[in-house]
Amino acid sequence: MDYGIYQDKLTRIVSDIARSHSLWVLAYGTGCGAIEVPATMTSRYDAERLGVRGAATPRQADVLMITGYLTVKTLKRVIRVYEQMQDPKYVIGFGSCAINGGMYWDSYNTIKQLDLYLPVDVYISGCMPRPEAVLEGFAKLQEQIKAGEAIGATKYKENLDYYRGNQKKIIKNWDFPDYNW
Amino acid sequence: MEGILLHILGAIATFLLAFVVGMTYGGIRRKVIARVQNRYGPPIYQNFIDAFKLFSKTTAVHHGAMHLLGPAFLIVSAVMALMVVPVLRDNLWFTNLNFHGDLIFLIYIMVFGPLGMALGAGQTGNPNSAIGVTRGLSQMVGFEIPWVMALVAIMIKYNTTSIVDLMKIQTEVGQWLIFQNPFAFIAAILASLGMFRYAPFNIVGAPTELASGPASENGGKFLFTMMSAGSVFAFVKLTLFVDIFLGGASNLIILVIKTFLLYMIPVLYGAVNPRYRTEQAITYFWGWPLLFGFLAIIYSVYF
Repeated sequence: MDYGIYQDKLTRIVSDIARSHSLWVLAYGTGCGAIEVPATMTSRYDAERLGVRGAATPRQADVLMITGYLTVKTLKRVIRVYEQMQDPKYVIGFGSCAINGGMYWDSYNTIKQLDLYLPVDVYISGCMPRPEAVLEGFAKLQEQIKAGEAIGATKYKENLDYYRGNQKKIIKNWDFPDYNW
Repeated sequence: MEGILLHILGAIATFLLAFVVGMTYGGIRRKVIARVQNRYGPPIYQNFIDAFKLFSKTTAVHHGAMHLLGPAFLIVSAVMALMVVPVLRDNLWFTNLNFHGDLIFLIYIMVFGPLGMALGAGQTGNPNSAIGVTRGLSQMVGFEIPWVMALVAIMIKYNTTSIVDLMKIQTEVGQWLIFQNPFAFIAAILASLGMFRYAPFNIVGAPTELASGPASENGGKFLFTMMSAGSVFAFVKLTLFVDIFLGGASNLIILVIKTFLLYMIPVLYGAVNPRYRTEQAITYFWGWPLLFGFLAIIYSVYF
């Protein structure tokens, strides 16, 4: 009898549980949403009890949190940061600006819909989402990871041409390699 | 033959013990700091979850051979230091590789890991790593001097450089070294604040300032190795302090109690302190700790 399949399955289940309870967040705080992150991490809401803590660099991070609007200029940096992160990795779109542009819906200088450019696992709606909503978002992400549904990174690799095409439409001076992780 | 087998099994048992105890202490530290900040805090086994997750991540970063070797240097030096520190008094399982002069060997081997890590961090080319390395070496110049002076004071007093002999002396006299030469203990414990690199001396891996310094290009399995090395090394330092100053331990429960109480000194000192700048840290170590180091040597020579 071949035990390999069961072994793989067991490894996957155990590591998914470990991953879901240890989310190191790289908060890409360019928009106003960054102000809700300290409130989520500190005494009152204390995200660390769920295993959520800040990561210092993209290499160490599991979750990329795009807090608020994303300008055309910062999109390039976000893509680099996302591709520097090590698998498995997840993206949280934070606030209505990441979903549909929010109050910047007619701005010439921001991107309107984040999941055209990066594979988003969880959206947190609101302008601004309160810390309760942020914790709810993390809980949702944990559920997805445990169920094995948070496969944004795999989707990104499979549909790289689609994402690259969208990204290059926005970024005119594309000057980094086509695949850099 | 049986002797060798016992040695190998003992070494493995020592490593597992150091890993588990060190990781748990790290978790307790996070909990204590959370409670000090009026938070609930992560569970005390959180560090094990983090370690498992880091180990299960993929690694697609390659900056060169030295970068790969950096974390390996750290864990090798931690395990080598663990092998010469007697965990328990007169115990067959934890004898390991003690020899006469292991105290001097320890002074060297305890800086070997950070130096290897410094080389590894240099090859990543990250400017934050380079700044972290220079800060770490400067800080080492600070705390190594009171630490070595404390050890030299003990070596002069008891005319031995063996940890096992020091433990024997404390058992024979019936008094711990902390009472026989309190100045040496104060100098050593103040130097240990720098060795643990917790706040206010976390200038090397300052996460908000240097993006974790030398570790900034290391994710996944590299970080797992560094985390395990840190945990084992914390256990080594605490056990060494217990062996030298608190008369060693005759069983594991006493060892855990003593090391835990010692561990709370840097943790609680760090929980209520902000971060020093580099020159402030060095000035700190060349102030009172150095004075206590001098006092310890004078006390050893004349009393």
